[in-house]
Amino acid sequence: MNPVNYLYLAALLFTIGASGVLIRRNAIVVFMCIELMLNACNLSLVAFSRMHGNLDGQIIAFFTMVVAAAEVVVGLAIIVSLFRSRHSASVDDASLMKL
Amino acid sequence: MSALAAAASTGEAVQFWVLGTVAVVGALGTILMKKAVHSALCLAATMIILAVFYLANGAYFLGVVQIIVYTGAIMMLFLFVVMLVGVTAADSLKETLKGQRWWAALCGIGFGVLMIAGIGQASLGPGAFVGLGEANAAGNVQGLAALIFTKYVFAFEATGALLITAAVGAMVLTHRERTERARTQRELAEQRVREASAPPSAAPHPASADYGWKLPTPLPAPGVYARHNAVDIAGLLPDGTPSELTVSKTLRDRGQIRDVSREALNDLRALEQRSEERLGRDCDELDRGGRGEGQEAGR
Amino acid sequence: MDNAENLIALLVAAPLLGAVVLLLGGRRLDRTGHWVGTALAGASFVVAVVLFTEMLGRPGDDRTLYQHLFSWIPVGGFQADVAFQLDQLSMTFVLLITGVGSLIHLYSVGYMEHDERRRRFFGYLNLFLAAMLLLVLADNYLLLYVGWEGVGLASYLLIGFWQHKPSAATAAKKAFLVNRVGDMGLSLAIMVMFTTFGTFAFGPVLDSTGSASEGTLTALGLLLLLAACGKSAQVPLQSWLGDAMEGPTPVSALIHAATMVTAGVYLITRSGAIFDAAPAAQLAVVTVGAVTLLFGAIVGCAKDDIKKALAGSTMSQIGYMILAAGLGPVGYAFAIMHLVTHGFFKAGLFLGAGSVMHGMNDEVDMRRYGGLRRYMPITFVTFGLGYLAIIGFPGLSGFFSKDKIIEAAFAKGGTEGWILGGAALLGAAITAFYMTRVMLMTFFGEKRWQPDAKGELPHPHESPRTMTAPMIVLAFGSVFAGGLLSWHESFVKWLEPVTGFDHGHAPLGAAAITTATVAAMVLGVALAYLQYGRRPVPATPPRGSLLTRAARRDLLQDDLNHVVLVRGGEHLTRSLVYVDHSLVDGVVNGTAASFGGLSGRLRKLQNGYARTYAVTMFGGAAVLIAATLLMRAV
Repeated sequence: MNPVNYLYLAALLFTIGASGVLIRRNAIVVFMCIELMLNACNLSLVAFSRMHGNLDGQIIAFFTMVVAAAEVVVGLAIIVSLFRSRHSASVDDASLMKL
Repeated sequence: MSALAAAASTGEAVQFWVLGTVAVVGALGTILMKKAVHSALCLAATMIILAVFYLANGAYFLGVVQIIVYTGAIMMLFLFVVMLVGVTAADSLKETLKGQRWWAALCGIGFGVLMIAGIGQASLGPGAFVGLGEANAAGNVQGLAALIFTKYVFAFEATGALLITAAVGAMVLTHRERTERARTQRELAEQRVREASAPPSAAPHPASADYGWKLPTPLPAPGVYARHNAVDIAGLLPDGTPSELTVSKTLRDRGQIRDVSREALNDLRALEQRSEERLGRDCDELDRGGRGEGQEAGR
Repeated sequence: MDNAENLIALLVAAPLLGAVVLLLGGRRLDRTGHWVGTALAGASFVVAVVLFTEMLGRPGDDRTLYQHLFSWIPVGGFQADVAFQLDQLSMTFVLLITGVGSLIHLYSVGYMEHDERRRRFFGYLNLFLAAMLLLVLADNYLLLYVGWEGVGLASYLLIGFWQHKPSAATAAKKAFLVNRVGDMGLSLAIMVMFTTFGTFAFGPVLDSTGSASEGTLTALGLLLLLAACGKSAQVPLQSWLGDAMEGPTPVSALIHAATMVTAGVYLITRSGAIFDAAPAAQLAVVTVGAVTLLFGAIVGCAKDDIKKALAGSTMSQIGYMILAAGLGPVGYAFAIMHLVTHGFFKAGLFLGAGSVMHGMNDEVDMRRYGGLRRYMPITFVTFGLGYLAIIGFPGLSGFFSKDKIIEAAFAKGGTEGWILGGAALLGAAITAFYMTRVMLMTFFGEKRWQPDAKGELPHPHESPRTMTAPMIVLAFGSVFAGGLLSWHESFVKWLEPVTGFDHGHAPLGAAAITTATVAAMVLGVALAYLQYGRRPVPATPPRGSLLTRAARRDLLQDDLNHVVLVRGGEHLTRSLVYVDHSLVDGVVNGTAASFGGLSGRLRKLQNGYARTYAVTMFGGAAVLIAATLLMRAV
């Protein structure tokens, strides 16, 4: 098998995650989809690492994870406070930018 | 190790096709499940499979971290929030924005096709993969550590700052400022007595749930005598009527109160009768009294 | 007196002080204000006489006095000073202005006795004196412009003094607006001067005319002529003077006969060096003068309103002066001399007319006068002397000055000389005609008095002494001024250091021209006598010839203005408004509407839903990938 298949898989997962962001209204699920996209990226980075024969790709994936962790913490805090004030976790409800 | 080689072995191919399918199914489940909990579980499955793939690609450290950090910590965080927000609430998958789904489909398919076409066009044959055999020669963790603490040390420090910032940010976001002094036990007790000493003008019967007069004492306990102390059975007042006050508000609102006073009396009578029969005693006295009480309760 | 220069500012300061005190003093000055104003005007005259004697004590070429008060606007190369220059020309004007001005102040004390706003009237009169003195004393064109605008303002205020009368208010506005046209000429002239010479002080500008091209000088001359036309009511800007008679009669006498309207003559004479170097401009000046002197005379023949007839006469006489001033050094002295004598007799005539109106319940229509000589003997005599002076009766003021102008006009030489001389001669005849007409209709013939608005017949009576005294003084001036000034050519010699002098060579002998002038005068008088002395004057004006009817309407000047300027302006503005509405607004509104419509549609993209924005981003990412692939493929 050609390891490039990992890249195809990563692209597929990324697209699925992005579509989820577009389709789902629940902020938590939207957030999960974002995590899915990040993971897809990580997969491709790991595959690149293997392709190039050095560990820089893995390092970047590692940083991505750290950043993703930080992001999840803040994002979930936002969702919680949003839920507290609006009693809803729907992203469509937070449409105050609408005219 | 197969991952050390540039090309994937047959075992890895089997693993890829089986687990890859599961991963895609999990991803689809994430975006298609109605309940957020199910989505989270599907995502966890996908992430675990990705961890396996990392291992297969020679990223041992990342594979483990993926399981510990992502599947272990982050997904648990997600589940916490899902529980906090309401685990039972199922999302409606009906689209509310006009044309949103079509646009999403168009963009998704277009993006996916373009990406895959792009990768395909890159003409990455098996020979394009160098493999990590050399890089991982001193051990994957050692290799990563060498890079992190030399080449990427500033980025590493920056991520430390980022994490602290994120932690503080999360606390700030969810923190609620207390604007007044907490009341002491004594003040609370005094308030309780003060409110109870001022009965409303037209007080309904104390047995009614509408009873607005706050009791200075704890509410009466549910259950009737020792045999019926279940929480959903209203306690009986001295005249035999059940008092709704004794049942928790949740059950009252759900209408799940079992009014068992008559049943209990019947049970009691049956018990008495059996004991009388066994003891050979007349039970007229009791019968009379019991009937009278039953009439009261029926009213 | 070594520092007589320091007195010059006092000339202006006295009436200015009067104006300030009277206009700001409030009602407490109502009872004494007119004497304050008159006293300050008199004070100014006294100072003028003192300066005059001082000046006479000096040699002829060292009579110019300067006083530098302060630097007004010092900005880089632009240096505007408040400084005065008192030379023989200014001195003549100062004496005329303060002298006649004082007399008319005195006259106004009686004339305005029953007007409750008399204090304000005197305040305006003093303001006028101050501005007029500033005009003739300024040593540069910019300060002259200040005075020029100041007299315009005073004229506006005084014409509209009886502002409750719509006609007076309209006349004031008309005078102001027409004057603006002339003022524009003056301001442009000053700007041209500054760009050409780098200064606008009289001395440097007039000494360095040789350094400028003739084209520039011609433009400068024409602009100055425009200014003079506006202020002196010359064709084509003469239309305001007739209407200006709506003002009180002393105002007509002082401002619109003796002094302000002669400011144009002063300006041209003062700028003589410019005109001498620009023959084309000089030709324009003499043309304007000749046309106006006939124009005014013809209008004067047709008017039944005594003041408007005199206004036509004023226009005509100033036409003589402009004509003389346009002739160059040959005529400057005579222009100023005629100006002085005209100041006397025309002021006297106006004061006489005012006296007549005073006695006739403010009636102005000469067809309703008649036979007044017995009721107002002093007025009759003074008016008669003024009349004899203006028609150029031998021996009186007008004879000397006008005769010289006609002679100078002939001396221009060639065809021009004949045309100008002929016009001046014809003007003299018409002058005699219309003045005789005024005289006969007012003081002779039978009574044609009509009851006034209240149904009372007028009871003509002689005016009070404050009014007759100035008239008598002015009558003396009318009789003797001309002879005095011509005695051994004293006036010409007096002015020569400033204006220069040139005898010129008339194609006819001086005696022949004098004879012709007298003959023309006699002809005019005789014609008028035949028409108005022998025959009774109809109380209602006859229809008259086409020329008469046109002349009654100021020779259609107002109609011409209306058709050309008002209608033309209306059409222009209307078409401009149309263009503005359809084209400019169309573009602006169209742009705004298209942007509004576009943004109304674009706005719908911004629906506030994060997911819609996410689609856009995602689509954008897809497009980026497509673009990248495309670039690689290419």
